[in-house]
Amino acid sequence: MHIAEGMLPPLHCAAWLAASTPFVVHGARAVLTTVREHPERKLILAAAGAFTLVVSALKLPSITGSSSHPTGTGLGAVLLRPPVMAFLGTLVLLFQATLLAHGGLTTLGANVFSMAIVGPWAAYGVYRAASRLSAPLWASVFLAMAVANIATYAVTSLQLALAYPDPTSGLGGALVKFLALFAVTQVPLAVAEGLLGVLLVGFLTRAARPELARLGLLKEDAGV
Amino acid sequence: MFSRRDIWIGLALVVAIVGVYLGSLALAPTGAEFLGSDAAAGELTGGVPWLEPLFRPGSPELESGLFALQAGLGGILLGFVLGRLTARRRS
Repeated sequence: MHIAEGMLPPLHCAAWLAASTPFVVHGARAVLTTVREHPERKLILAAAGAFTLVVSALKLPSITGSSSHPTGTGLGAVLLRPPVMAFLGTLVLLFQATLLAHGGLTTLGANVFSMAIVGPWAAYGVYRAASRLSAPLWASVFLAMAVANIATYAVTSLQLALAYPDPTSGLGGALVKFLALFAVTQVPLAVAEGLLGVLLVGFLTRAARPELARLGLLKEDAGV
Repeated sequence: MFSRRDIWIGLALVVAIVGVYLGSLALAPTGAEFLGSDAAAGELTGGVPWLEPLFRPGSPELESGLFALQAGLGGILLGFVLGRLTARRRS
């Protein structure tokens, strides 16, 4: 889902950077506040960041014959709220843009907006909605993580369609073209990402039950 | 800390993840090269980059190695955190 260096027109790069910057600054402040006011959450914070670092490096095959990678941002959004992931996701994207030539510095704002802002917020929205419907924690986490993945790629499709509208069918035609490319590819990856999230949250409910209870994810006496 | 049921559920999840991986390989078109969808999207735009990356891995093998390095760094950190949480819970 990383748009490569130089692939968006300069004006688009500037616009996406301007749109992303307030979220990232707010996210950095949220991380500092978390560390300062809730030092017991440092390990959860590190786990969320590490999980994103690991899974966003995994290129997995898909049924379309291409490969892509999960985003991992849904987990941190569920555990620590989306602003934290805006900052952690940006660090991961910066790492990949500078050291792996994956993504780019000019497209960083666009990639941050899709992976570190919209993905986590979509995950959090789905998680809250599922929780309100009394879904079990595992189901809420699964849906949140899968939706984070799909939402990220949907926004990337929109960003590409805005930059490269179809000569005949315009923005709508280009959007359908890019969504068609990503959508089928991402479905199995979204499922795998959801399962990975359930696995990790299941572990955390045993190993970090007090922290998860304080974060409001579960009651002290509740199961997964 | 982990009951027998927890362990079986964890194993079932791992099997399901591997199943998704293997299922994707099995259902993919014959002769598929599994190139990145990011690159495919770039080609679909028909656009030409106006700026090259500051650094580009010299070969696909080096690129794969760097991705593995990223996963490894994350894995070490994640393993450390989960280990700390487990040790603390046991104590």
